[in-house]
Amino acid sequence: MSVAKRKFSFTVNGEGKTIETYPMRRLLDVLREDLRLTGTKEGCGEGECGACSVIVNDRLVNSCLLPVAQAAGARICTVEDLAQSGELHPLQKAFIECGGAQCGICTPGMIMASVSLLSRCPHPTREQISDALAGNLCRCTGYSRIIESVEKVSRS
Amino acid sequence: MRSYLPEFDLVTPPTMPQALGLLASGEGWRPIAGGTDLMVLMNAGKLDHSRLVAVDRFPELRGIAETESHISIGAATTFTEIREHAALREHFPLLPQAASWSGGVANQNRGTLGGNIANASPAADSLPALLVYEAELLLVSVSGSRTIPYRNFHTGYKQMALNADELIAQIHLLKPSGRTVHHGRKVGTRKAQAISKVCIAATGNTGERRFRLAFGSVAPIPLRCVRTEELLTNDKLTSALIREAERVLSSEISPITDIRSTSGYRTTVACNLLREFLELLL
Repeated sequence: MSVAKRKFSFTVNGEGKTIETYPMRRLLDVLREDLRLTGTKEGCGEGECGACSVIVNDRLVNSCLLPVAQAAGARICTVEDLAQSGELHPLQKAFIECGGAQCGICTPGMIMASVSLLSRCPHPTREQISDALAGNLCRCTGYSRIIESVEKVSRS
Repeated sequence: MRSYLPEFDLVTPPTMPQALGLLASGEGWRPIAGGTDLMVLMNAGKLDHSRLVAVDRFPELRGIAETESHISIGAATTFTEIREHAALREHFPLLPQAASWSGGVANQNRGTLGGNIANASPAADSLPALLVYEAELLLVSVSGSRTIPYRNFHTGYKQMALNADELIAQIHLLKPSGRTVHHGRKVGTRKAQAISKVCIAATGNTGERRFRLAFGSVAPIPLRCVRTEELLTNDKLTSALIREAERVLSSEISPITDIRSTSGYRTTVACNLLREFLELLL
């Protein structure tokens, strides 16, 4: 049995997009391959590492677990949406200043998780930051500078 | 190895009756809600069902409704919605607590309570809480609806009293008395993002001598420990009774050795968790 490709429409970073593809194709692959938004990364492919985190309808989700058919009609934001007119987002600046990124593969997901946290809780405690980033794994930094980066923005 | 995409279909019918029709059609349609379990299987090439019908947006399956005596949770309610709900935190605190244990924020934003039940992992975080709260499930199909006490739902490892054409629609909870002590704890490799080695959910009311006790990861199903409950109900709570309760518990549970833990560790820790709970009530 072979399923036909179908069209799915949604907005990505404020722009309407229509993609023709298989319904169970992961949103992660649609973003990276069809829309060339390669900021979102694949780490584990099973929803544990958070490298693929994007914001869908104001909620952080792992795009490796979201079939594109279930993203139809959604408002999707990726890390590419954060810098505006060449100016970095405060979180991006903080990650640079505090050394929150080493190899950088976890960084887009960490920043999206932090954006999601700060949009709900502009001045989180350290514990709230840890809880919000619990789904994002980093193999390089040992997490302390990532937390400092978020704290820097939350203090301002 | 990833599944072969062209073999999989996912449809999003606009109404629940249409979805129920597909489930009853005999053409192999199965429900998908948040996808946090099914897509893991898909990505590993292990998803058996190639025709999925999305049920995550139907209003009949969503929302948390409160009356004076009850709270009903739609099966497609996410763990985040459960965490954020004030009345659940007040009356059924073990549920928002369990929801906060289930993966990270991104998983909780998609994962649903009905999905947690239907996936039926014996390690699932929310299921022991549903057992001690004596939840009742509303199941729906094209033929109508029926209710079943949640304690009768899981019949064996990944076996459940759910027909192929049925959907879990609602989880009904009767509010416990205000003097009930609620206690839950999950033991895993890490504080977050860990599948449990052992998990306890317990409620106790020493005045009425009413105890409800359930464990995850100690049996093929989430386990309500009725023999241990009975022992605790029959006598005044003392240190000696607690030791006896641990003995009864270790014979009531049947943990296995697997990639996460050993049966010996699980038995020891389950008894420690029980003792920790009971000492709160002494």
